[in-house]
Amino acid sequence: MSATIPLIDIYVMGKQYMVPETLTIIEAMEYAGYHFKRGCGCRAGFCGACATVYRMAGDFELKVGLACQTKVEPGMYLTQIPFFPGRKANFDLEEIKPSVADFAQLYPEVFRCLGCSSCTKVCPQDIDVMQCIASIQQGDFTRAADISFDCVMCGLCVSRCPVHIVQYNAALTARRLYSRHIAPPSSQLKRRNEELKAGDFEAGIQELMKADKERLQELYNSRDIE
Amino acid sequence: MAYTAQLKELVKIVEKTRPSRVGVDHPRMTPEERQEVLERFHPDFIDEGFRRIRVGVDKGSRLPQQMADIFESRSRLDGVELDLSKSDYEVDVLVIGGGGAGAAAALEAHGGGASVMIATKLRFGDANTMMAQGGIQAAVKANDRPDIHYLDIMGGGRFENIPELVRAAVLDAPQVIAWLEKLGAMFDKDEQGNMLAIHGGGTSRKRMHAARDYTGAEIMRTLRDEAYNREIKVVEFCPAVELLLDAKGRAAGAVLFNLETEEYLIARAKTVIIATGGSGRLHFQDFPTSNHYGATADGLILGYRAGAKTIYADSVQYHPTGGAYPPQLLGLLVTEKTRGLGATPLNVKGEQFVFHLETRDVESSAIIRECQERKLGVPLPTGVPAVWLDSPLIEIIHGEGTIERQLPAMLRQFARFDVDIRKDPMLIYPTLHYQNGGLLIDEHARSTVENLYVAGEAAGGIHGRNRLMGNSLLDILVFGRRAGRDAAAASREVTPGPVSLEHVQSYQRELEEAGITGDRVSPLLLPHYTHR
Repeated sequence: MSATIPLIDIYVMGKQYMVPETLTIIEAMEYAGYHFKRGCGCRAGFCGACATVYRMAGDFELKVGLACQTKVEPGMYLTQIPFFPGRKANFDLEEIKPSVADFAQLYPEVFRCLGCSSCTKVCPQDIDVMQCIASIQQGDFTRAADISFDCVMCGLCVSRCPVHIVQYNAALTARRLYSRHIAPPSSQLKRRNEELKAGDFEAGIQELMKADKERLQELYNSRDIE
Repeated sequence: MAYTAQLKELVKIVEKTRPSRVGVDHPRMTPEERQEVLERFHPDFIDEGFRRIRVGVDKGSRLPQQMADIFESRSRLDGVELDLSKSDYEVDVLVIGGGGAGAAAALEAHGGGASVMIATKLRFGDANTMMAQGGIQAAVKANDRPDIHYLDIMGGGRFENIPELVRAAVLDAPQVIAWLEKLGAMFDKDEQGNMLAIHGGGTSRKRMHAARDYTGAEIMRTLRDEAYNREIKVVEFCPAVELLLDAKGRAAGAVLFNLETEEYLIARAKTVIIATGGSGRLHFQDFPTSNHYGATADGLILGYRAGAKTIYADSVQYHPTGGAYPPQLLGLLVTEKTRGLGATPLNVKGEQFVFHLETRDVESSAIIRECQERKLGVPLPTGVPAVWLDSPLIEIIHGEGTIERQLPAMLRQFARFDVDIRKDPMLIYPTLHYQNGGLLIDEHARSTVENLYVAGEAAGGIHGRNRLMGNSLLDILVFGRRAGRDAAAASREVTPGPVSLEHVQSYQRELEEAGITGDRVSPLLLPHYTHR
């Protein structure tokens, strides 16, 4: 880190640290001396390990973000929420159907949604979480799957829900229901697996396995490319 | 942290050359040109980055410096008193690692009737799998065949792959996709249900199947959910720090370390599967990395101390398109799907200097050459080298809205730091991405130690010396499932007996005899980034 980058003050769980202003929250906490066990994962915005709540000095609004994807700002008061004890309903995907009745067995609380939109406001992925929940209530699992697809399951929505819906688990169940029971299965894939079962490709593979490096190189360099 | 005024001026050059580049394919390199650029610029050919390991079953073989440090370290259990006659966990199959390979292994071992436990260092699902964006390869379309896939893998791997492993990968591939489809993973499909497919670097058919640009995340969250549904035991924040062997030298469990209470726990098992992933967080040759926080080569040293042989452990993949700017994105993966959809690398003059879908080793080497030798990189305020990746081309080729639909993660990630990749090109440079080699396995994912299996990035031989895009998500599932099935079956033949850490003590003696002393311990478990 170059010495010329200005330092700013941030407050990790209330305690002040001076950190370079270009860093993400994760990097800033490490700069300050934290050695992460929890609260740090892929460091690229995909895993949801580093959900963070923060407030700017002098302001009352609580903001959220992924610590690996949010740059520090002067006067940032922050804490991580590395774990949230949300419930997951277990199910057999072959047994359940994409129906409101089956879903209500698994997650009855979904149908108590007040429409307050706290979940949508809090989502660091900008997912319209409340619309996803509304789609599930209406039995529109296709829409619920599409809306929720970018969810990283960080749990911030659950932390704000007044009726205790576990949106990320409900949405995952909706996506699995959609993919298994609504999206048409691939006929190409089915055909290919039947061919494989019949051993159709074994001879071609065996021939390549027997070929020496020179022959393989020749085949490789002259192969036709789609 | 949007582009500076100076960078905005340079973007104008890219915009100026863009119309003349649309629809024009830059020529692919000849085999001779590929070989030359590799030997002159690929980091694997820079000898200072490597040294010969002085101990263990592969004594004398070449390893990256930082990996050799891990191999030439004391055990964390050196000087720790443990009562190995007790046990905290007893299962048939112990899976070490909670990424895609571990989850697949656990599901199949469970399906095979074994009692299974996953012990993982961080959370279940904290893994490179979660970050794999672009897709998974399988020869499914009518114009494709497993033998065509086989040839692509061999060529990509410089013909050094183990044929039996490649055969397993290409023949299992369509079954793996069908398995995922049945488990409710949400692939990109057309209205008939057939999966969309695009090219990756080095593919001769369009066989990259994706779930937007969250393919690995979609696979990981589906497998994890299914493991929870089946009530498979998962112990988080408990990495394995050594394997346990029985009197016959067969794997028989592991010593776990509770990261939070700092207690050691004994897990006894009839068979053990190492699925601990890669090593990007060792930052070979000081490269930034696209890897997960936990990618510290833990499984390699556990296996190596127990006598498992390695293969191509000196072969490292640098992904051509790591983020270079804004600085918050340094080293982070820009998915190869971006190039698959038509984005091309450009130098500071707005000229394309390499075909955009060469294999990763060649593409990276060409980018390094453009910056280092030809001095045509894009100058950045941070001083790191970079070239452009012309993402706006994607929407010219495929129409407006393509990036939002097909690359939502990339769009979001750059937008967070005020760069709109639909309008402005991205700044990229190779990033440390993948461990091509690892512990040697056979087609059943068996290591050279009895009852010890290895699956996923920790294993080696499948990809030779360079992996193609989309074959890692494939490999973790193919060999994860094979490991799970075989380990479950093998566990039925095992009668548990006393276990020991004698192999760890004997490795320690070997270190001392080689004159290797000091306080360095391994596995590393967590990288250390605190302010120095």
